Amino acid sequence: MPTKIEKDAVTGTETTGHEWDGIKELNNPLPKWWLYVLYACIAWSFGYYVLYPSFPGLDGLMGYSQRVVLSEDLARAKARQAGNLERVATTPVAEIRADPELLNFVLTGGRAVFADNCAPCHAPGGAGRPGFPTLADDDWIWGGELEQIEQTIRYGVRNEHEEARLGDMPAFGADGLLEADQIEAVASHVLALSQADGAAGGDGAEIYAENCASCHGESGEGGREFGAPRLNDQIWLYGGEKADVLAQISRPRQGVMPHWADRLDETTIKMLTIYVHGLGGGE
Amino acid sequence: MADTVQFEEALSVEAQKRQPLYAGRIEVYPKKVEGPFRRIKWAALIVLLAIYYIVPWLRWDRGPEAPDQAVLVDMAHERLYFFFIQIWPQEVYYLSGLLILAAVGLFLVTSLAGRVWCGYTCPQTVWTDLFMWVERLIEGDRNARIKLDKSTLGLGKAVRKTLKHTVWMVIAAATGGAWIMYFNDAPTVLRAIFTGQASSAVYLFAGLFTATTYLLAGWAREQVCTYMCPWPRIQAAMLDEDSLVVTYEKWRGEPRGKHKKDQTWDGRGDCVDCNMCVAVCPTGIDIRDGNQLECIGCALCVDACNSVMERVGRPANLIAYDTERNQQNRARGEPTSYKLARPRTVIYSLILLAVASIMLWSLIFRPTLNISVLHERSPLFVTLSDGSIRNGYTIKLLNQTRDARAFVLSLEGPPATAMQVVGQPGGAHETVVLNARADSVATFRVYVTLPKSKISGDTVPISFVLRDETSGEEAVYQASFRGPAK
Repeated sequence: MPTKIEKDAVTGTETTGHEWDGIKELNNPLPKWWLYVLYACIAWSFGYYVLYPSFPGLDGLMGYSQRVVLSEDLARAKARQAGNLERVATTPVAEIRADPELLNFVLTGGRAVFADNCAPCHAPGGAGRPGFPTLADDDWIWGGELEQIEQTIRYGVRNEHEEARLGDMPAFGADGLLEADQIEAVASHVLALSQADGAAGGDGAEIYAENCASCHGESGEGGREFGAPRLNDQIWLYGGEKADVLAQISRPRQGVMPHWADRLDETTIKMLTIYVHGLGGGE
Repeated sequence: MADTVQFEEALSVEAQKRQPLYAGRIEVYPKKVEGPFRRIKWAALIVLLAIYYIVPWLRWDRGPEAPDQAVLVDMAHERLYFFFIQIWPQEVYYLSGLLILAAVGLFLVTSLAGRVWCGYTCPQTVWTDLFMWVERLIEGDRNARIKLDKSTLGLGKAVRKTLKHTVWMVIAAATGGAWIMYFNDAPTVLRAIFTGQASSAVYLFAGLFTATTYLLAGWAREQVCTYMCPWPRIQAAMLDEDSLVVTYEKWRGEPRGKHKKDQTWDGRGDCVDCNMCVAVCPTGIDIRDGNQLECIGCALCVDACNSVMERVGRPANLIAYDTERNQQNRARGEPTSYKLARPRTVIYSLILLAVASIMLWSLIFRPTLNISVLHERSPLFVTLSDGSIRNGYTIKLLNQTRDARAFVLSLEGPPATAMQVVGQPGGAHETVVLNARADSVATFRVYVTLPKSKISGDTVPISFVLRDETSGEEAVYQASFRGPAK
């Protein structure tokens, strides 16, 4: 409540009656236009309440919703992309890679699709995780050429699709095919293969030649038709320590990859193929 | 005794009435005035409006690829053009510098010469002055306008009012149009507006500025200065006893009163109470009440009073630009002085000089080449079949000249590192050539491969060095090469 309304000597205006640390304020009347602007804002707010969603359950007469805006934006984006998607569908892969603008479109789209579908296992950018191959390196289990990559994406590995890629490594330890010391010897040989000199010899080489070479190749160069990885390089899917190799020979882990042929359309698979091929290790 | 008078505490109903909360607007009808300050005000108005309306039409040739408007804020292509200067969005701090210069300049000018911004150069003052001139032209001077407003609506009044508002609208539209011409090519956008082909943003902003010009200069006028603008309140902090303000020499003018010819001037003030100062004031105040918030320092009252003082044969400058200190000195008959160099003005000047120098220096010496390197985060590194480690980088080159240029990229750091640009044939090399188009950002993906033996620890510092072979200009970016944790 105003406690002491005074009349200012200089201007003749009253004070508000309040004092703050010796500071008083003149109570000049506010301009009426200011008040009318306030009324106009209030009137506007009534209209706004009615036209726009303003209360749970009331959607507003204009039917505005963020979700509608989003779906409109997405439809507009799709329309904008339609031309390029058409071109991607009809252009052969080699030509796509020669056209910088189209290639940019494909790589950007591929990156987005990869993030949604492939990154959960293969990690963003194809970095890979233990048990899930790195797609950015230059080693391929099933082949790194464009057609081979496309087939792997389309039909997957070790799944229920009739055209899925299949590879089956026997469980040498668990099924009793080899003794423990034999497994140890062949593990040493495999590790020696991956070193630059690769010379081993001895029991391990013999056991390797009898049991492993038929799929993994005589000097560990891999067998792509079986899905047998290269053993003579520095890339290890399940770990490169002795214990990891022992475990993999005894009771092998065999990865499963879903088939994408019926989940993604042809153009998308094409874009993914080019993207994965372009991650740095494509052949 | 029973004849002491009792004193009652009572106030009449009238006396108890408080001031109203809101008050209607009191119309201000400024009278025409002539004098040196009025001429200065006209000059300022003409120069400033000429700059505003004409500058968008100035041309500057920058070659076939670039717009040829001298001053243009090209939002679509992210460039600001000012004659021979071109600013990229990354260099927006030049605009910040300009704003700082403007602010400090304003503080300096105010502390020296008072509210000259408000009285002569503020857009509100300039356009209101222009609109008032139109009004005076069509409706007549002060007394005629008051009479017209009081009269009932007849043909004459309707015609005058309609004509005035039409002219106001045309000026407002030209103002709104000129605004958007700073952001679009002037001839193109003008044609587009009239053929209905301009974008909705153009129509919206042109309409917005037209409406605000018309409302603020035509209707609001002094209400802006008195109620809406924060600057009058800030002015109080800028002025001290040595700043020039429009002052009334109370010690000389009072006691005021009407003066008949041949009356003596002894025992009375020079102010003849003609009220010319009130009549010509655009904000409608009486400067004789003292320095006040509503006074915009336009000095029209100075011109008005001086013309009257001349006619009655008294000394000029009863109202004048003067400092508070000098007014006190004059009142006491002591000599006057103007202290231009005070701590306040010196400090403002030094800040102004410092900021201007920094901006000029950085503008003259800014590089035309810039490199930015983004290390790929997933995968952080890739182990290749032969055991070597590969890192991916996205390199962005900023070529800020009007010519396409070729640059050589090399690495500083571990020896014998190989670089491969994705998309460039020919394998990995120690240096690679990157081509950039004129006035653009070029993006490249580069793979850097190191043998495992060269990496000790999980991070190796490397530097990307970009060099323009013809000019020798160089840009360096320090990055790091990551490997597996040891």
